[in-house]
Amino acid sequence: MREFTYQRAASIADLSPDATIIAGGTNLLDLMKLEVMAPPVLVDITHLDLGGVEPEGEGLRIGALVRNSDLAAHPVIRRDYPVLSRALLAGASGQLRNMATTGGNLMQRTRCPYFYDRRMACNKRDPGAGCAAIGGVTRNHAILGASDHCIATYPGDMAVALRALDAVVEIDGPAPRKVPLSDFHLLPGNTPHVETVLEPGEIITAVILPAPPGGQHRYRKVRDRASYAFALVSVAAVIGTEDGRISHAALAFGGVAAKPWRDPDVEALLKGSEPSDALFREAAEILLRPARGWGEHQFKIPLLRRALIATLRDATGMETAA
Amino acid sequence: MTRHLRVDGPNHDDRLDHMAQGILGQPLNRLEGPLKVTGLAAYAAEARPMNMVYGVLVQASVPAGKVLEVGDAPGALAVIHDKRMVRYAAQGMDQKGPTSGPDQIEYMGQAIALVVAESFETARHAAQNIAVRYKTASVPVEPEAVKPELPPKKQSAAGNVDKAMQDAAVTVDRVWQTPSHMSAAMEPHAAIAEWDGDHVTIRAALQMLSSNRKQMADALGIKEQNLRLLSPYVGGGFGSKLGINAEAVAAAIAAKKLGRPVMVAMTRQQVFDLAHRRSETRQRIRLACDSDGRLTGIGHEVLVSNLPSSEFVEPVAQATPFTYQAAHRQVVHAVARIHRGCAGSVRAPGEAVGVTVFECAMDELAEATGIDPVELRLRNIPDVEPTTDRPFSSHKLAEALREGARLFGWSNRKPAGQRVEGEWMIGMGMAAAVRVNMLVESRARVTLNQDGHAIVETDMTDIGTGTYTILGQLAAEMLGLPMERVEVRLGDTNFPPASGSGGSFGAASSGNSVYLACEEIRSQIARAMSCDEVDLTLQDGMARAGNVARPLSDLIDGQISGEGHLQPGKTEKSHRQATWGSHWAEVAVNRWTGEVRVRRMMGVFACGRVLNEKTARSQCLGGMTFGIGIALTEAMEHDPRDGHAVSRDLAEYHIPTHADVPALEVHFLPERDAYVGPLQAKGLGELGICGAGAAVLNAVHNACGVRVRQLPATPDKIVAGLED
Ligand SMILES: Cc1cc2nc3c(=O)[nH]c(=O)nc-3n(C[C@H](O)[C@H](O)[C@H](O)COP(=O)(O)OP(=O)(O)OC[C@H]3O[C@@H](n4cnc5c(N)ncnc54)[C@H](O)[C@@H]3O)c2cc1C
Ligand code: SF4
Repeated sequence: MREFTYQRAASIADLSPDATIIAGGTNLLDLMKLEVMAPPVLVDITHLDLGGVEPEGEGLRIGALVRNSDLAAHPVIRRDYPVLSRALLAGASGQLRNMATTGGNLMQRTRCPYFYDRRMACNKRDPGAGCAAIGGVTRNHAILGASDHCIATYPGDMAVALRALDAVVEIDGPAPRKVPLSDFHLLPGNTPHVETVLEPGEIITAVILPAPPGGQHRYRKVRDRASYAFALVSVAAVIGTEDGRISHAALAFGGVAAKPWRDPDVEALLKGSEPSDALFREAAEILLRPARGWGEHQFKIPLLRRALIATLRDATGMETAA
Repeated sequence: MTRHLRVDGPNHDDRLDHMAQGILGQPLNRLEGPLKVTGLAAYAAEARPMNMVYGVLVQASVPAGKVLEVGDAPGALAVIHDKRMVRYAAQGMDQKGPTSGPDQIEYMGQAIALVVAESFETARHAAQNIAVRYKTASVPVEPEAVKPELPPKKQSAAGNVDKAMQDAAVTVDRVWQTPSHMSAAMEPHAAIAEWDGDHVTIRAALQMLSSNRKQMADALGIKEQNLRLLSPYVGGGFGSKLGINAEAVAAAIAAKKLGRPVMVAMTRQQVFDLAHRRSETRQRIRLACDSDGRLTGIGHEVLVSNLPSSEFVEPVAQATPFTYQAAHRQVVHAVARIHRGCAGSVRAPGEAVGVTVFECAMDELAEATGIDPVELRLRNIPDVEPTTDRPFSSHKLAEALREGARLFGWSNRKPAGQRVEGEWMIGMGMAAAVRVNMLVESRARVTLNQDGHAIVETDMTDIGTGTYTILGQLAAEMLGLPMERVEVRLGDTNFPPASGSGGSFGAASSGNSVYLACEEIRSQIARAMSCDEVDLTLQDGMARAGNVARPLSDLIDGQISGEGHLQPGKTEKSHRQATWGSHWAEVAVNRWTGEVRVRRMMGVFACGRVLNEKTARSQCLGGMTFGIGIALTEAMEHDPRDGHAVSRDLAEYHIPTHADVPALEVHFLPERDAYVGPLQAKGLGELGICGAGAAVLNAVHNACGVRVRQLPATPDKIVAGLED
């Protein structure tokens, strides 16, 4: 770990553009020990008034400092947005969720092992250095939206559910703004070191959920062990049915891209259709048309296909998962 | 006085069954448990001698070549770059230090220097950023990339397996692969070295102090007498602490140079780089049998790897020669010399992966013959060790199979793919468990004080297994004392040298030495009682013989003490010694995602006398859990270009979590093995692993019809075999 200056923010106005925010520290501290991140100035925001889950319009406003455990257990979340609660509980471990915050979770870095290993070339850590993952061990890498410069995934679960819920990220800073989660994380292109739209000096203050979408909520996470492992692939689904037809379909996918993935064509196909295996297969086909693997992680293509079909069968009552 | 025994013959007199205290075998809690849960048991890195400084190892960032220059470390006290530093850990029971000379790089991550600073953070920062100049070399890192060696001692053959395969009614001929495994003990390797003149004391995380002392003295170039090792508490070893490693050697060198105590604790990533790995294996198994399922041919051809300079060869097929009968047999161990981290002993070296794969092959043979898997095994159990005709010291495989089938409800098993619950396909599987048994020379001293307290001293270690407790129980039983009157002192080379903990031999080896020491004390008491030792009854601090009963305090003048010295002897050669068991698993496989959930799992084990039912059971629970890991989750991935360890932390190296492990059931078969010393107890820790993964994988097949032969059976591999 490199030496750093520690500051405790008393107000958002205190945040300087050269300071790095620390919240729960569950990701940042690991990265600092490995010197993958070496911020000269750390500003601790945990004393700011950014907690709390409050009504906002017909929806909810979730403070950036709300802990993952508290959010997952919140009665309104459990009742009206169960996909979010399930996604949170599918992530990390009890101890980590007790520390992890909503803002930190959105900002967590990839789990590409080459990113964590300073002996290895990595465009994300060191722009222009190359990508050691390509040609290496790529079990947790991306099949959608990646580039030859970087094939890393955004590894989190919470954001996948938020994406299916059409959440909006509230940002404070020199020019406060609201950014739909769909636009918050960025695909790598040739700038994989730029991961979100957040600018220096900006801070996430909250995540805003629109009115409860109703319908069936599912979060299905396929991983290498039953708990405490990142997703190989995951599916967040909010599915409404009326008169035997799908009336509402919001589907987001995790573990497959540098951002929680969503495909309007898939949802357009499902909407208004009768649930059937043929329909679900077609949906998977559309979803995976642009998919490609750079190595071992090609297995994610059939795995995501199957996970999507199973989730849809479950959410439409064709088969129970339990 | 020392009571010495070489185990040259059988011991049928079951003496321990006739002692009066009734404490041996009881499921007592671990004596040091409260110290551990309250943080009072100090592990290697938890001492803070005055003036201590911190060292962090500098690691090679190239897979091979030479170190030309190690740069400066601003802010640090010293950069130690010394010829005596070692390239990798010693192997278990080595009598010499491991290869020294850190400038010659054999694998990526090898320790090449040590940075010492006033704080751990400063040292780590400097170690991570120090400039090192290399002359790099290009080397093979994949086992398939080289022509392997065939060490002559690791091959055996009888008859002609090729011919047996041609003539057989039914055959299996398949290749399995298992990845590198890591011990992944909770406590990272650490050492604190402190010199006093020519004497050095090293607190370290080690499993086998008496051989570790020899290794360390050799590595440092000092006399053994000038070296004291302390490992009173060890946070798990699983093989990774059998031999000294780079951190302890570097700590001692640095402490001498700086004249201050030095701690070197590995980071978690360093543990994954520097502790021994279990070699990945490629195993071709050939089985030939007649139409009744009687084996006629067994072939087990193995490819493992290690560094060019390390002799260790994962003994994958160690149990193959004696588990099943067949006239034609062949065992091949080939070694690829490649530049991944050093391979060594990890959790049941050999059988953990060898029996697991073999038992998967037996399941395939059962399927091919249409014979029930339990019955197939029963039909092939030999009466004497095949190829040598030696008798078995005891043989409990048949009983373990029959008893297991009954207890598990094996008769309810359905043909593959027939039990479905929603998305889940349910199946049952089983496997035999077998592990060679070993006894290792061991000494202990027991002192009985006039106040009726006994002290057991030996340099044996307790690596979380329960050694403190079982040795205490043994002394209490033999001397007729309640547990609270026995104190056990371990993990200090000032005490008599013991076997150490490894290869499952610790409990029986060190236990026998304590038994012998207690026999010596009993003889002294008998003399004071004017009776024969065999007529003496000791219970609750009283000595009785015939009509005479006297408190021990009347019989002891000051204190009496005895040493026990056990040596393995002729029975090692005259009899095939092994432990036996059977594994049973019921799993659910998700038909969409290929995820496997173990629903229940059971093991039936025979290990001779059980010394403490609770600690014995815990050993089996741990072993079975590792079996689940081998089957489903554990893999150390190596980079295909430079061989480096990629899964370098416990988030990425997947040991089973609680959610992966159902309630496990353990049963012991009553047994006294007469050929393994007066304790009649055998090794147990590793038996729980051997074959456990096969029960899980065979259950996976019974659930969904998929055979995964490239372990672990992660969802992607299962899905590849499932229909849409
Ligand atoms: C072993 C392990 C397993 C895990 N498994 C999972 C898993 O299965 N699924 C999953 O989803 N996650 C998993 N995680 C990740 C975990 O969820 C994140 O580490 C956590 O959510 C980060 O939150 P934090 O508050 O601790 O963030 P920090 O570590 O404090 O910060 C992370 C990043 O966010 C920035 N940041 C924090 N708050 C703000 C803010 N308000 N505004 C702007 N920037 C901010 C920081 O500057 C930093 O760059 C795992 C983590 C570990 C260590
Ligand atoms: S995939 Fe991305 S994060 Fe990983 S090594 Fe390549 S550039 Fe770095």
